[in-house]
Parts: sequence; structure tokens; C-alpha cells
Amino acid sequence: MTEVSTGHAGEPHVHRGEGCGCLAADLAKAEAILAELSPVDSGDLIPLLQRLQEAYGYLPAEVLSEVSERTGIPLSRMYGVITFYTQFSTTPRGRHTIRCCTGTACHVRGAKDVAEAILHEIDVEVGGTTADGRFTFENVACLGTCFLAPVVMVDDEYFGQLTPAKARAIVKNYS
Amino acid sequence: MSEQLITTAKELTACQEKFQEETNRFRARVMVCSTGCRALGAEALSKAFHEKLAAAGLEREIAVVETGCHGQCSRAPLVLIEPHDFLYGPVKVEDVEEIIQTTLVGGQPVDRLCEMVDGKPTPTRSEIPFFKSQSREVMKHCGSLDPKRLDQAIALGSYQAAAKALTTMTPEQVIAEVLEAGLKGRGGGGFPAGMKWQFCRNAPGTEKYLICNSDEGDPGAFMDRALLEGVPHQIVEGMIIAAYAIGASKGFVYVRAEYPIAVEHLNIALKAARAHGLLGKNIFGSGFDFDIECRMGAGAFVCGEETALIASLEGQRGTPRPRPPFPAISGYNQKPTIINNVETLGNVPRIIAEGKERFASVGTTGGKGTKIFALAGKVRNTGLVEVPMGMTLREIVYNVGGGVLDDRPFKAAQMGGPSGGCVPAEFLDLAIDYDSVKSVGAIVGSGGLIVMDDNTCMVDMARFFMEFVQEESCGKCPPCRVGTRHLKDILERICAGHGKESDLDEMEKLGKEIIAGSQCGLGQTAPNPVLSTIRHFRGEFEAHIRDHKCPAKVCQGLYQFVIDADKCIGCGICAKNCPTTAISGEKRKAHAIDQQACVKCGVCNEKCPYAAISKV
Repeated sequence: MTEVSTGHAGEPHVHRGEGCGCLAADLAKAEAILAELSPVDSGDLIPLLQRLQEAYGYLPAEVLSEVSERTGIPLSRMYGVITFYTQFSTTPRGRHTIRCCTGTACHVRGAKDVAEAILHEIDVEVGGTTADGRFTFENVACLGTCFLAPVVMVDDEYFGQLTPAKARAIVKNYS
Repeated sequence: MSEQLITTAKELTACQEKFQEETNRFRARVMVCSTGCRALGAEALSKAFHEKLAAAGLEREIAVVETGCHGQCSRAPLVLIEPHDFLYGPVKVEDVEEIIQTTLVGGQPVDRLCEMVDGKPTPTRSEIPFFKSQSREVMKHCGSLDPKRLDQAIALGSYQAAAKALTTMTPEQVIAEVLEAGLKGRGGGGFPAGMKWQFCRNAPGTEKYLICNSDEGDPGAFMDRALLEGVPHQIVEGMIIAAYAIGASKGFVYVRAEYPIAVEHLNIALKAARAHGLLGKNIFGSGFDFDIECRMGAGAFVCGEETALIASLEGQRGTPRPRPPFPAISGYNQKPTIINNVETLGNVPRIIAEGKERFASVGTTGGKGTKIFALAGKVRNTGLVEVPMGMTLREIVYNVGGGVLDDRPFKAAQMGGPSGGCVPAEFLDLAIDYDSVKSVGAIVGSGGLIVMDDNTCMVDMARFFMEFVQEESCGKCPPCRVGTRHLKDILERICAGHGKESDLDEMEKLGKEIIAGSQCGLGQTAPNPVLSTIRHFRGEFEAHIRDHKCPAKVCQGLYQFVIDADKCIGCGICAKNCPTTAISGEKRKAHAIDQQACVKCGVCNEKCPYAAISKV
């Protein structure tokens, strides 16, 4: 057992290894990613952030400062990139991500009504996460599946030729 | 296939023959589109074919191949039976048994799964009008092979052009061939690819880079996705040839993160090519080294612009840089860099394999070869179509596309996405190439072609595109960042019925200023969708501004829902569903809508079983 700081102000913490749920356990994931991508330079910043987000579900501030320290990439540079690209999130996300296509083909085939039906069904704003942590809802410019218009993607799965009623039924299947 | 190294052109041909033999062992092949059609249940289909063929003891004579896109996506999920050339769709799991018995055992078509042509079921793909008018050159093998299998690509001739280029041609000869073929960039720029390569070849320095731009962000374009998903080895081969021509030893494919299947198939292809020595050191014993890395975009439309894409690859915010210096002279890490679009690179192998004359024999003076269009919107046959440059819009929409959905009148085609414009019905007979489309205020662009009918409001379309570019502007140049916001605000006002007479002039003036004051392609083309709709549909803008009417009945607030007293039987379903209790009436008597309370949500219209509610 090793004694590590939790990263938060507070009592020293005795780490119980895997499953402990503390930041030390969490940082192990970042360390593994850094080791795999080593040597990391600032040119690898985007793939690095993508891997971190995949591992944590979002980009926690504690992880970012640790990574900045280890790699020498300034935190300001990291936040500059994180806030530029829509993929990155610094707040926890829902268990499922709903991406609603707002591309031209979907637009002319009624994407707006589909989006409104889902937003109403799960009670969330565009870009927001539901209170129960079930969904994060995002609009996306075009999913490149215009023949299925209107389209919604839940995680990595596509749902096409939607109507407001079909869309409401689909989100009910996720927990 | 075993991971044997292919180190010479001769070994490649030996491999090709061996793999062809393996393919020919099967007397028939069931090609299930497992990319685009996945959304409509293609995975369950191929599983069902595998199981039922095995149960019937036919798995040794009939192969099931999970392929890329067949193109006619409106009939998804699609199944192609070879060698019969029968195309079925939409196919359900319940249809699998009948296809096996009737077609694969009996040799007859299953009529009810065929395309209907003049009331007759037409099973044969080459006889379906959608395919008849196309020239599928770049997409020739898309749908004919399993994109996850290198052996199937090699059997169909993949990497032969790369072997030819690397072992029998000098880089200068490769450049000359592509230049003289007249291949122009398919991503939107339309710049001659060979000329760009020449600049890079001539640029000083030995460290050079090749980037395949698959950051397909234009809403309505999905050919790059289909090519990477369906024929990844063709793109890898195009990159090997391009890299050899310019002298690059490292390449990147920059793919949108929204395309998970494309990323997966590309990575499988790269791994297989590496394992067989088709990427890496001394390819085909030519002394040429080249490898490719797949990078995922992180969600920024502006990164389709070359200098912004380079910034993103360098791990920075994706903001464009001033040009010159052009990337061909100073690009990735300040080294000479070529950025080509997926479709451009997909054309390269066939130019080398078949020669520049064959390529240039198709097309017009304004553009050679074929172009893939993503046909979508209010058109019967949505999907990917590859046609010779110079085909008219009418042929594309009516012959290939099968006409407007529900036989409604054609109003316009949106071409070129947010950088393009709307081409109205009066130009249906325009022969489509780079120059002609530009002359009517749109662009060929990446090839998005969205058909609109009389139910599409052009003011709303302009507003839609401004909302898009305003959101995607990187913010570096104020004319783009602030100007598009102004355009959007004006358009929103017009759509809400609060437009002013001076708005049209102001938008035209603002549009010109945004074009003049922006650094990159995004800003320089951002006002196009507005300017082109004002140019061709001025009357519709005026109807919104002067009469407070939306002729297409799209803009909320500029139309009303009314109940037809003759059709209404007073069932009360509308009143029960109305969220604002705006509908009232006695049981079994015609109801009425209180226009003051109505929020125009349209639920009543959706729910009425007697079609008694309409928009006016």
C-alpha cells in the first residue's frame, strides 16, 4: 500500500489498489496511455486527449494537470485545444451520447422535429447531460448518412428514417 | 490469407492469381452491404445468410461477403448476388431463405425484392436506371469486396498500379501522367492535382508529407466515408503513388471521428498492407519507403481547410494560416506537404493503371473524368452516384435519381454544401462541371447534391447554412466570425416575419465584405448560400418580408393550421393532443383552432386520422 495525495485538499489517503475509486487509481489509466504513446510531444496532443477522454469519459482537471506536468505540454495549450474542438468535454458526460444530425438532408426531411421530440422525452437542452446521467445530447453537423435522413446516432449506432415517434421509442431502450 | 511479404511486382501478380482462384472456388457470392446499410440491420442479414447457407450445406459453394456501399442507399439494406448481378433491397432477415432457395439454388430472381421499372420487377443491376446512367470508375469495386480483406482487394487488381508506378516509372513521369490526365482536386478546390504535386516535388528539402483529407464536413456529402469504408486499399494505393511522386515518406489520413466504420476499416487495411510489405521500407523492391498513420479529427468543420487541418495535425487549435507559403512549399512541421482529398486519391490508381487517355476520354473541358455525387434530400433514389463530368442536372436528378419524391415539382438543388449554393429549376439542363456550376453561383464542391421540392423554404435554407457556418467559424477573422452572425440574425428575423425592405441589400453588401475580409475558404465562401438564394429566389424573400408569408409553409409563424369543417368529424383527437389547448369544439361537430393560442407545433396535423388539418 502506498500513500498518495488524492489531488484534492484534504487528508492523506491510503490507496487500496485497483477499485479504490480515488484519483491514484484513476491516474493509472493516464499513465498507461502516456507510456503507450511515449515519447509524447505537443504534436500528439489531440490523439492523447482523445485517448484520455475515451478512458475517463471526459477530461478531468486533475488528470490534465498531471499529464501536463509529465509531458511538459503547458496546461494553457491543452485547454486551448480542448475548448476549440467540439469532441472534448471537461465535465462528466452521460452514459450514452445522442448525436442528432442537423445536416442539410436531415434538415429538409424534418430533423428539427425529431430533435425536439428527443429533447422533450429525455428532458435536456442541446449540449447538456440528463440529470440521471443517462444521456448527453449533441447536435452534429452531418453524420454522412444522408440517405437515412433524418438520422440520430446513439453511441456508435445509427438510427435512420426517423419520425418523432420512432425517435422517442429508441431513447426508451437505453438505460 | 497468410502474412507473406510481397516484395516485387511479380510476387504481387502471383498473389493476385492465387487469390482470384480462391474467389473462383465459389459458384456464387452474396454481397451484403455492411457499411451504410448497417443502420438498417445489415449485420443481422449477413449472419442469417451464413447460418442458413451452412444449414443447407451450401457454405462451401456460396460465399457471403460483407462489402462496402452499393450506392442505391434508398433501398437499404441491399444485397447483391453474383454472378447473377441481381440487386435486392430492402432485404429483411425473413427474406433470406427465399433468396437462397429461389435465386442461389433455383437461379431465378425474387421479384418482390427487385427494383420496379415501368411496373416490371428488374433484378439485374445493370438494367436498373439508377445504375445504367452511371460510370462507376472510382467506385467500381465498392460493394464487390470485403474491405477488411487485403486478399480480395489484390484479387481485383489493387496495388498493381502502385507496383507499375514504383518499378517502371520515375516520379516525374507519374506527375506528368496525372497532370495530363487533367485530374482536378475532388474535395472542393478543383485545383489540378498534378500541378500541386509538381510544386511539392520541386520544393527544396528531403522531408515531405502527404495528407489524405477525409475530414468530410460538408453537410450532405458522404462519398469519402463510403470510399474509406468500402475500398480502403484503393485509397492506400493512391497514397503510395502520390507519395512516390512528391517524395514523401510519411503520410496521414485525417478522418472525422464521426465516421467510426471508416476509421476501423482504414486501420485494418493499414495493418494488412504493412504486414505484407506494401507499406514500410523498400516497397516492391524499389527503394521507396512510405508509411501511413490514421488520425482522427476532433470535431471542427474548419479543419477541412488545408492549413487548419495541418494545424490540427500538429496538435494545435485548427485555425487557418495565411497562404502563401502554400503547404506544398511549407506545410506540416514547415515541410513541403500535399493534401489531397479521398476521392482525388481514389482516382490515382486507375490513371496509372489505365493511362491518362482513358481517364481524359470522359468529361468536359471544365472537368475530366467522373465525379461522385451524394444524392439526398427530396429525391427518390438517395445514395452515391458516379457520373461523367458534363452530365446535366436533369439527368442526375431524374434518370439516376428517379425524380423528386412523391412526384412533387423540382425547386432547386443545393450543391457544394455551405460553400456552395442553390441551383434553381431553370438550370436543370446545365451540364455539370467545375466551371458551369460556378457560373450559376454554386460549386461542385465535394459533391453534395441535395434535391429540394416546393415544400422547401429557400429563406430557411439560407438561415440553416448561416447557422452552420456561424457555429463552425474558427473565429480568427472578424468578418467571418461577426459577419456570419449578422447574416444569421437578419435571416432569423425574416423567417419570423419581421424582415425589413433594406435587409436584402444589406445582406448582399455584408456577404461581399465577408468574402473579401476572410483568410480561408470557409469565410470566403460562407455567404454563398445566402447570395445564391437571393439571386435565384428573391421573390420568396420578398414574400416573407412584405406579405409575412412563407410560400413553402416552413417558417413557423408565417403560416396557420386550420381545420377543414367538411372533413372534421369531431373525434376530438386533435384537441386531446394539443399542448396549449388551442383546439375546441363539441363532440361529433367540426372543431376550430384558436390562432392566438396555437404554437404551430403541428401535433394536431400529425394526429388527425381524417387529414382535416392543413397549413395555409
